[in-house]
Amino acid sequence: MRVVIAEDLALLRDGLVRLLSASGFEVVEAVDNGPMLLGALTRHRPDVAVIDVRLPPTLTDEGLRVALEARRQRPGLPVLILSQYVEQLYARELLSDQAGAVGYLLKDRIGDVDQFVDAVRRVAAGGTAMDSEVIGQLLTRRRSDEPLGRLTPREREVLALMAEGLSNAAIAARLLVTDKAIAKHINNILTKLGLPPSDDHNRRVMAVLAYLEAEPG
Amino acid sequence: MRRMAAPVAGLLLNAAAGVAAWVLLVLLAGCAALVPVRGLGVRPLARVRSWTHGLAAFQLARADRALGHEPAAPESAHAQEPRENAHARETAWLALQAVTGPGGVVLIVGVLSAEAVIWHLPTARPSIQLTVALSLAVVAIGAVAVAAVPLLHRTQARLAELLLRPGDTDRVRQLTESRAAAVSAQAAELRRIERDLHDGAQARLVSVRMTLGLARRASDPAQVRELVGEAWESAGQALIDLRDLVNGIHPPVLADRGLAGAVEAAALHVPLTVDVDVDLPARLEAPVESAVYFAAAEALTNAAKHSRAQRAWVRLRHSEGVLRLVVGDDGRGGADPRGTGIDGIGRRLSVFDGTLDVRSPAGGPTEFIVEIPCALSSQKISPS
Repeated sequence: MRVVIAEDLALLRDGLVRLLSASGFEVVEAVDNGPMLLGALTRHRPDVAVIDVRLPPTLTDEGLRVALEARRQRPGLPVLILSQYVEQLYARELLSDQAGAVGYLLKDRIGDVDQFVDAVRRVAAGGTAMDSEVIGQLLTRRRSDEPLGRLTPREREVLALMAEGLSNAAIAARLLVTDKAIAKHINNILTKLGLPPSDDHNRRVMAVLAYLEAEPG
Repeated sequence: MRRMAAPVAGLLLNAAAGVAAWVLLVLLAGCAALVPVRGLGVRPLARVRSWTHGLAAFQLARADRALGHEPAAPESAHAQEPRENAHARETAWLALQAVTGPGGVVLIVGVLSAEAVIWHLPTARPSIQLTVALSLAVVAIGAVAVAAVPLLHRTQARLAELLLRPGDTDRVRQLTESRAAAVSAQAAELRRIERDLHDGAQARLVSVRMTLGLARRASDPAQVRELVGEAWESAGQALIDLRDLVNGIHPPVLADRGLAGAVEAAALHVPLTVDVDVDLPARLEAPVESAVYFAAAEALTNAAKHSRAQRAWVRLRHSEGVLRLVVGDDGRGGADPRGTGIDGIGRRLSVFDGTLDVRSPAGGPTEFIVEIPCALSSQKISPS
């Protein structure tokens, strides 16, 4: 699997290259600024790009802007944005094209190597990887939402993990229950939230995220 | 003669203003008397006060011209003054104007009449000496009167300036206070950051190193795994501590997207439907952006926490050198303008001569209105 990395701090860039190479990825290019990233994305057409949100020359949200621009040129180009902080506004912008294949994670998560590598693979495969912090904020913001209030505590846990983008099997493994139990929970959740059932897991995740993203009240 | 035209016209206008002052005084007294009667006089009183303010502004502008001053920037020095003080000053000026306004004209007319009387004094034995003495007296009194006209005019102008414009001493006191508040707020902020770092990230990194040190010495693989796991957890917590700290100092989204984006992001943090309407042609100075951002964020948090609101709105505009932020909600109102959070916003804004007005009648809606006189920076907002 071919990956482009964009990170301006050499320490972290080298770490990412080492980590992803050791996990079976082929790092085709590792850049340290926005304009070079755009060039690398067009040149290599990688299976996935791992991008730091803050990049030179502006040292603002350059990475995110380049990622969005690249996805405008090539819809559905898998990008995973890394950041020292998560901002719902940015999550919304990444998700707004409904094309999936996006990730938005705190840099902290790289420390959990297995889960991080899993997230990169998921995004490359067209899935999503939203930080638990983003999902937590979305759920807090909608705490007075009535359909959400009808979920059982277990269903809320499943909903949160599902919104992060985890597969049924991964959710089952986290919660130490069977895949079948998770499938049942997910059906209940979709019914209670009034979302259409679907066999496509990615589509279900996008529907759930769109629901959580909508204005509260 | 032309040199006299302006002062004479000025005295006549002043007399007219004096008559107007009488009328306004009577109206003010009447409306004030009606206020206790089920608040009947409240609205007319506000109306009469705005007329008073209009007359005062007119006179002040004339005073500036008469004294050869540069016309002051409108209201800049008033920005910080409580409204009650301005009312009190204007009412005092009104009373004075009612007396001194016509005073000049009365004086001149008096002098002229006195001269006429002297001139026509019935004299028993007209003599050359007496005629000369009387002529000299008339000329002398007339000369004094002529000289007095510009003097009177200037005196009236000076009185208007004294009463209607808060003096430099007020301004100096104001600046001293806001500077002291800014310095001590900054010192307190630095102390807080130091303490947070000391008790937070710094302590956690010490513990990480300690745990890893132990792991280095341990020989049992199971124990090594456990210690490394512990260090890993601590390092993660250190990151969380640092992130919270950074967010409190300068939210990264403010650096990334400027005020418009940051306010939009803040609106996404509260469980309300927030209508964000920001129209700024360019970026503001960074410290102003920061103060306005924290004011908006605090107002939104208040709306979400205390007002039981469903919807909120944020409006941000810059016109005629003033940035105006309005954060409103459809909640139950009754916000305490002296609450600590609101008080903090006010202090933060005062450094920039900014004002905070909280309108929150019982039953709502609540509106926070922030105004800061400031220029836009030349840096255009980049399209996103």
